[in-house]
Amino acid sequence: MSVSASPTRGAAYLHRHPRLRLAGVLGAPLVWLGVLYVGSLAALLMASLWVQDSFTSQIFRTWTLANFRHLASEPLYRTVLLRTIGMAVLVTLVDLTLALPIAFFMAKVARPRTARILVVACLMPLWASYLVKAYAWRLLVIDHGVLASTLGVTPGFGITAAVLTLSYLWLPYMILPIYSGLDRLPDSLLEASEDCGARPWRTFRSVVWPNIVPSVIAGSIFTFSLTLGDYITIKIVGGASQMLGSLVYDQQSLNLPLAAAIATFSVLVMAIYLLLVRRTGALEQL
Amino acid sequence: MRKWTIAAGAGALALVLASCGTSGGSDSATTAPGGKGFTPPDIPMQKSLGKSEGAVNILAWPGYAEDGSNDKTVDWVTPFEKQTGCQAKVKYFGTSDEAVSLMKTGDYDVVSASGDASLRLVAGGIVAPFNTKLAPNYADVAPFLKNRDWNSVKGQMYGMPHGWGANLLMYNAKTVKPAPTSWAAVFDGASKFKGKVTAYDSPIYIADAALYLMQTQPDLKIKNPYALDQSQFDAAVSLLKKQRQNVGEYWSDYTKEVSAFKAGSTVIGTTWQVIANIASEGSPVKAVLPKNGSTGWSDTWMVAAKAKHPNCAYRWANYVVSPKVNAQVAEYFGEAPANLKACQHTSDKSFCAGYHADDAAYANKIYYWSTPIKQCLDGRTNVRCTDYADWTTAWQEIKG
Repeated sequence: MSVSASPTRGAAYLHRHPRLRLAGVLGAPLVWLGVLYVGSLAALLMASLWVQDSFTSQIFRTWTLANFRHLASEPLYRTVLLRTIGMAVLVTLVDLTLALPIAFFMAKVARPRTARILVVACLMPLWASYLVKAYAWRLLVIDHGVLASTLGVTPGFGITAAVLTLSYLWLPYMILPIYSGLDRLPDSLLEASEDCGARPWRTFRSVVWPNIVPSVIAGSIFTFSLTLGDYITIKIVGGASQMLGSLVYDQQSLNLPLAAAIATFSVLVMAIYLLLVRRTGALEQL
Repeated sequence: MRKWTIAAGAGALALVLASCGTSGGSDSATTAPGGKGFTPPDIPMQKSLGKSEGAVNILAWPGYAEDGSNDKTVDWVTPFEKQTGCQAKVKYFGTSDEAVSLMKTGDYDVVSASGDASLRLVAGGIVAPFNTKLAPNYADVAPFLKNRDWNSVKGQMYGMPHGWGANLLMYNAKTVKPAPTSWAAVFDGASKFKGKVTAYDSPIYIADAALYLMQTQPDLKIKNPYALDQSQFDAAVSLLKKQRQNVGEYWSDYTKEVSAFKAGSTVIGTTWQVIANIASEGSPVKAVLPKNGSTGWSDTWMVAAKAKHPNCAYRWANYVVSPKVNAQVAEYFGEAPANLKACQHTSDKSFCAGYHADDAAYANKIYYWSTPIKQCLDGRTNVRCTDYADWTTAWQEIKG
């Protein structure tokens, strides 16, 4: 008797305590999230305050700001940080320029069937491995490579090649949010604008753009943050150039605490970026 | 909802902090590394060889533990597995720094360590003293490889010598004319090949510049490219910064160097014999040992202090330096075998002569990779030398 009664009693107890019910449902995933995201960030921050002996590769768990002092005193890190931010901005702009017309065509011009095919086409590259695509670009931009033999010019390995490759890699992440933003924009608004005598550019500026700003920002968060943390593309097509990510990668086997300190840079930049985005109010409209 | 997130986050933070607090502090008082005179942590040496554990995790330079997957005719891992019953798992690394950080994980039983990794592994307590009695092939190892600075501490061997060789200068014979004979081609003469020069992507490459300065700028008085005081070091770094303007890419992954040379996007730079062998297949790529000498490596198989399969690790170290296998590896990789009996088993009978395998005088002319430390390796006591931390910082600065 008591055995069969206990689940009912338990259910009744939970029914009377909605807070506990919520905790039961959300507790596990939230702890998981907390440990994964907040925990790993905390571990990163902590590691950046340690030091490593370059000879014995022992890590001394003493709290010191030595790594950050080192980062501040070496002009190299400032140069690389600025270069990486510049590249992230550039990649975002290139992707935005490419994504806007494509997304507009998909959402407003193409028939629904064509639009669906185009969406699939946009998603297709995501099925191929990142490495395969980066190496494909290596073959494109290499001396006497595909670009050189078809177009006659190639940027060669370097920053330009890295920006091109990254723009290609992250393009779908920009197209899709803008497409869904445009898709939600009623056609009647565009027609109304036209009826009022607005030319296409005026319609874009006054009707389309204000409505898709949140989508553009969503896309830019992807392209910006993915570029900021990238370390593989720069190694494959970047020639001898370094980015923040490749500094972290090179340092992690030499000096883990210093690598952690460098990595806090990109966390910081992203936090500032998200705060700025929040102030525009774009996040609430998503 | 928000409160919950914060609570969960705070909980996780507390957990991480707590777990770190218990281990922190205790090891923070260890003294700085002490060069040749340093005392390695007390790690017991294995006394006898027990039964095979059935598995071994090998950490090796590319080409040192081939199992036929790269080239069907090159396979000495499979016979080892059959002979000893130790299933081998092989992981390759590209730089000594990578080797040290991978060894620190404790996942590997045995590692082929070069001189710029070996003492760091010893000092860090990552590898154990090596009982040479448990590896019978040690008896046949060239005497000039035993008890050296890079593989022993205070008369105690820390591994099984494997082989040694020099870093070479590789070039595209079609574009680089006349054929280079000196490292000047990648330093003072590098601007001729702007954007098509390559160099090894590791701080240890600074020694190559120091070696070049040793010969071209005698007033710097460099005696050992791994023992550089501040002014000598600055000269080497500025030479490398000048070289950087002509470098297309740096390499540490050897397949990347091969592809760059084959495509012609790189035409000159430092290399190893094994890379030259692969790159020269079907393309006009050649490699030379420059007349003014070179940096090089002398590798040692070391057994992890916390090896999960120590018996198989010893069996591997003994097997890979056995006459026949050592000959195979040496010929494949392009280096002098440590085991002098290997010379009777090479397919090319003049191989050992070509690599000066038993020529102690020649072997002593190569500047083997060693870890730079504060106490100058060339014996100077009146100055402080730059250490590996300085080298790693400078290396990232050079790349810019």
